[in-house]
Amino acid sequence: MDFSLSPEVVEFRDEIRSIVREFVTPEIADRMHTTGVFDAPELNLELGRRGILERACPGLGKGDPIEMYVMFNELEKAGAPYDGLAVALMIAAVVNKLGTDEQKERIIPSIISGEALVCMGYSEADFGSDVASIKTRAVKDGDEWVINGSKMWTTLAQVAEWLILLTRTDLDLPKHKGLTMFILPMNTPGITVEPVHTLGTEVTNATWYDDVRVGDEAVLGGENNGWRTMTTVLAFERGVMGGTNAGVPLLRHFHEWAVANGVFDEPTTRERMARSVIDMQVATLLTMRSAWIAASGGMPGLEGSMTKVFAVEAYQRASRWTQATAGPAGLLQFHEEGAAGEGFVEYDARHSPVMSIYGGTTEINRNNIAERHLGLPKSR
Amino acid sequence: MSVDLGLSPDQESIAELFDGFFTNEAPPAVARAAEPLGFDRDLWTKVIELGAPGMGSAPENGGGGASLGDLVVVAETVGRSIAPIPLVDHLAALSLLTDEDLISGESIAGVAVRRADANGVWSLVPTGAVANVVIGIDGDETVVVRSTPPMSGPRNHGSMPIADRSAREGTRIVLGPASLFDVVLDRWKLLTAASLVGIADAAKELGVAYVKEREQFGVPVGSFQAVQHGLADLPVAIDGGRLLTHKAAWALDTVTDGLIDWANNDITDGPALATMALLFAADAAVMATDRSLHYHGGYGFAEEYDIQMYYRRARGWSLILDDPTTVSLSLADRLFGPVEG
Repeated sequence: MDFSLSPEVVEFRDEIRSIVREFVTPEIADRMHTTGVFDAPELNLELGRRGILERACPGLGKGDPIEMYVMFNELEKAGAPYDGLAVALMIAAVVNKLGTDEQKERIIPSIISGEALVCMGYSEADFGSDVASIKTRAVKDGDEWVINGSKMWTTLAQVAEWLILLTRTDLDLPKHKGLTMFILPMNTPGITVEPVHTLGTEVTNATWYDDVRVGDEAVLGGENNGWRTMTTVLAFERGVMGGTNAGVPLLRHFHEWAVANGVFDEPTTRERMARSVIDMQVATLLTMRSAWIAASGGMPGLEGSMTKVFAVEAYQRASRWTQATAGPAGLLQFHEEGAAGEGFVEYDARHSPVMSIYGGTTEINRNNIAERHLGLPKSR
Repeated sequence: MSVDLGLSPDQESIAELFDGFFTNEAPPAVARAAEPLGFDRDLWTKVIELGAPGMGSAPENGGGGASLGDLVVVAETVGRSIAPIPLVDHLAALSLLTDEDLISGESIAGVAVRRADANGVWSLVPTGAVANVVIGIDGDETVVVRSTPPMSGPRNHGSMPIADRSAREGTRIVLGPASLFDVVLDRWKLLTAASLVGIADAAKELGVAYVKEREQFGVPVGSFQAVQHGLADLPVAIDGGRLLTHKAAWALDTVTDGLIDWANNDITDGPALATMALLFAADAAVMATDRSLHYHGGYGFAEEYDIQMYYRRARGWSLILDDPTTVSLSLADRLFGPVEG
């Protein structure tokens, strides 16, 4: 095996690092934690202006998955707000893969320039993991589709220009087969957005759709083909686009605090720290493997599930012991005097439990591994 | 130079050759028959015919010139089969030894993984019962001692051929300062990690096969989600351990002055990665054997079933160096610098 990045990718990484140094300032991090919007428009625009988003997007430009892995890895390690970017690029990749020529021309440029974000409407109040059972309806009316229903966890809906929306279009087909995915502008009449505040700081939304009218140009990936469109999105999401190295900035923040407070010489702390460094290294290797599979022409869906299960639980382990080791200082929030890791220790203890839920719970991912990797019977 | 996380065609062939060889020549019954000593001379003789003992040695010394990545592939097959031969230790010792009878495999080399005590005794050398030559640290020197192996040792959890050996009695050669031994120990950690990945992989296979077959309440026990989720963790740990082990091999083979930038998760330092691989693979093997044994139900602890042999070796092979806390703390010193004062 070869674990070295090519000179070209090293150059790309160094460019990302210099952009991160310039644009991921403490003020940006602070804004992310104050507003609950995990996005930095100025960073996106700079990455877009330099052609980096186009270059990193799967199927576009150079489209090297290793570069995409490197980009999100660098952003995540720096603690940058990159959620908006990750979703947008993922959708650009899906539009590129499944969309019509007209959709590609109309939608992709706005994303890879760093100007437009996308939000995802899959889950509903009553359907989370069982997302194939969603009830939001799209009904054909002449040349138009009329959409009615509601979605939960429509993160970034308050700032996004595009919405990708999973609907039921055929009640008679089995639940996975009667679904259709739409992609439409968020300013389409009939959409309402209400904020939902969360433990992990990020503000997400509930969204309502009342007689939202779109044409066939909004259908993404074909009528009644919505499940395939969604699994394509998830294959991009699980594994490569961040979410797998969240413990790295935490360890850095904790270490600074522990050294300054004279607790880093404790053998227990050193052992736990060494163990977490191993975990982070394994998490990044699993992520790199997904990228490498994609680079070799495969779809790392199953490997993405494996990466997510491991990386998220590694982050949770790190969060648990760092907060416990910090004791009362681990309870103090951003800007409070004496807060461990300048408040990150407390923040990560709120953020880490969120990550084993969104984008597919660890239980769903373990089902995937059991069924598709180990060949065990379906358990539900 | 760019990311390639697949085995090379050569390594695929090596894996196929050794997996095939061990499947035919060393099914679990062979490991069972070799207990409690944990050594099968006939199997060692057959492994010599494959050229395995000297495969990592330099071609100019009559060796096979294999890379560490190749040796990792072999060590994993040893773990998968729990073959009762000291190949991992032998290959590690030969990173400093070039004697003809060792490269051919006619004599066996062992590694004293912990330094000798004040009386010059290497305690519980992993292959001490059977090794003709032992390399290790005595005082502040790396020494190699040739003496007659006892061919017996204390009965132990992993049915390993462990025994105390003298660092001073026998034909003793001083190779250099103690630091010279680092390369042997790094390779020992690396290949032991690979063999533990192999144990974990075999335990997973045994467990999955069993739960597909075994029925309770009229259905295979493998159809229950509680069982499935316990098993689903195993390929994750195995793949992670395999990637980390190969990264350590790659770093030891090709990287000089590697990075230890843990704060950016950028680590290419071979010795650090070898220790990380050992700790991680040990956990993977312990977890895999633990769960696989458990999902066997009562048969899991019946001696007649094979999983208990893997269970004991997962612990034996990983604890023979030292307790994991001590190993972790030595890793911490390398990663974060030693504790001051």
